[in-house]
Amino acid sequence: MAAQNKKVILSVRNLKQYFNEGKKNEVRAINNISFDIYKGETLGLVGESGSGKSTTGRAILKLSDITSGSITFNNHDITRIDGRKNTLKFRKSMQMIFQDPYASLNPKVSVMDIIGGALDVHKMTNSRKERTERVYELLEIVGLSREYASRYPKEFSGGQCQRVGIARALAVEPDFIIADEAISALDVSIQAQVVNLLKSLKRSKDLTYLFIAHDLSMVKYISDRIAVMNAGRILELASSDELYRIPLHPYTESLLSAIPTPYPDDERNRQRIYYDKKYHTYEDETKVRLNEIAPGHYIYCHEDEISSYIKKYKQLNKK
Amino acid sequence: MERSKILEVKDLAISFKTFEGEVSAVRGVTFDLHKGETLAIVGESGSGKSVSTKAINRILPKKNTFIRSGEIIFENKDLLKISEKEMQGIRGKDIAMIFQDPMTSLNPTMKIGRQIAESIIIHQHENKENAIKRAVDLLDMVGIKNPERSSNLYPHQFSGGMRQRVMIAMALACHPKIIIADEPTTALDVTIQAQILDLMNELKNKLDTSILFITHDLGVVAQMADRVAVMYAGKIIEIGTVDEIFYNPQHPYTWGLLASIPTTDLEEHDLYNINGTPPNLLHVPKGDPFAPRNDYALEIDFEEEPEMFKVSETHYAATWLLHPDAPKVTPPKEVMRRKEKFLNLKMREVI
Repeated sequence: MAAQNKKVILSVRNLKQYFNEGKKNEVRAINNISFDIYKGETLGLVGESGSGKSTTGRAILKLSDITSGSITFNNHDITRIDGRKNTLKFRKSMQMIFQDPYASLNPKVSVMDIIGGALDVHKMTNSRKERTERVYELLEIVGLSREYASRYPKEFSGGQCQRVGIARALAVEPDFIIADEAISALDVSIQAQVVNLLKSLKRSKDLTYLFIAHDLSMVKYISDRIAVMNAGRILELASSDELYRIPLHPYTESLLSAIPTPYPDDERNRQRIYYDKKYHTYEDETKVRLNEIAPGHYIYCHEDEISSYIKKYKQLNKK
Repeated sequence: MERSKILEVKDLAISFKTFEGEVSAVRGVTFDLHKGETLAIVGESGSGKSVSTKAINRILPKKNTFIRSGEIIFENKDLLKISEKEMQGIRGKDIAMIFQDPMTSLNPTMKIGRQIAESIIIHQHENKENAIKRAVDLLDMVGIKNPERSSNLYPHQFSGGMRQRVMIAMALACHPKIIIADEPTTALDVTIQAQILDLMNELKNKLDTSILFITHDLGVVAQMADRVAVMYAGKIIEIGTVDEIFYNPQHPYTWGLLASIPTTDLEEHDLYNINGTPPNLLHVPKGDPFAPRNDYALEIDFEEEPEMFKVSETHYAATWLLHPDAPKVTPPKEVMRRKEKFLNLKMREVI
């Protein structure tokens, strides 16, 4: 897939998000990151807690005031969106699926009104009957029977709640969905159900996903491309196949070597790689940025390091 | 490699009384734990894995818990029959626990060193000064830098991984014979998880402790376990060595679990998934509780619950598919790949 022929739906440039700016306890949650998301793809964003991956998701959703940089969605700079009408229009095109399926649904509201509420906000249906029909339709899309419409969140299992959350996100017919750890709270067999659902919805509704997670094996399975974040920076960005086959940045290597795999025989002979922070502390930061090592494969490094990464890429690619 | 049994759980059945009725959380669980081994118990939420292990240490809520049947034999004593006083001498001393959430299981108002020393003072009758000294040694052993200074800190000053190390230090304080670890790394990042698992393995080998490891993460099981028990709806449905469970699974539920994890070499296809959700144990269904979700269910599965069938000396599974009269079925592709590997492993053993 040549990236050039694809339409960029979201473009993040030099995004910075500092908290307590200028004070002693300043936190650089996002430290100058740039990336694009193409229409119809899934970008996986992985990293440990505190790496800034959720903050990135929140910034894109316009849930926080960014420190500097730009976020362009469908050719509109989202930081310039103001007024209720424009904000609503923006919110309609971008939705979120949350981590905790119970905490993100109002326990006192029936499923009919949870999903219907999203329709009401954007005035998407003209009559009571149409609203009810639409909710039934959405429930069926996510694999729940229509009898569930009259029930309350506490009557559902975690997987079913997550399906309700997905139905609510789909209700407003968004182009872009941010899933922040959407499956980490679910059991293994239920995770597979939800991931399969997300994948088939992407095909049938031409959706674009930003999939934020720490579970690397699931991320690989669902994503087209993956960005690895650490300490507010994107350290490596590549197609998901290449990231696993040819990990270049030492941090990515350490992350991959830490995932336990369900193969006892491999686990017994496993070598772990430990990451040394010095790999991305540079004295002169002006020459350090995300450099393209191979087509579509980016590494955060100093200009002088590019040649050694290219060498490493060629070596690993041969195997 | 036959090792002596340190703990025997026999036909344990536990139910909870709720407003809606009685929930049969554990419905007859039997297993042994050998000296120096790690037995992993896997299963989805609600399968009864935590309940059966909490029963061992008798920390289930007294008010609404009913032990319906069973024995838990530890050093010739039935832990379900001894007095609370006697139990206090065992809990935390011979059988220690590590919990999932290190923040809620540490006392936020007590310094780390004192918290670890507390059990040393109580169980080993040390004076305070020596106990604190031991605590510092333990912190050092679990890899906490600058242990002396750290022992004077409070839990909130530690990161999640560090707190879990403190929990491990606390569990080790009285040289326990058994450590029950209930999802000890679930809340941690993968790199920190890797460190904690390595640490637990290292300490186990050094101190010859037995570990009962409860988790839902099959990757962690593959790394930690010597033997594995798979639980579903309050029963163990398959038990065997780690190779037998991962490379020669017999129960369709185990197949489903293994096939629903994304593997590294995938083509573009959907993940295998187990349909539906686990049964409500308020009303245990007739027959095998897994039958409604089972793609391989036979007619008898809806009538009668299968007993344990023997696969090898160490491997048992509760599925009618192992009955001599059962039809032959083909497991999911991923499981077939694993079975090929099992043959290879066996060949290697012979050579």
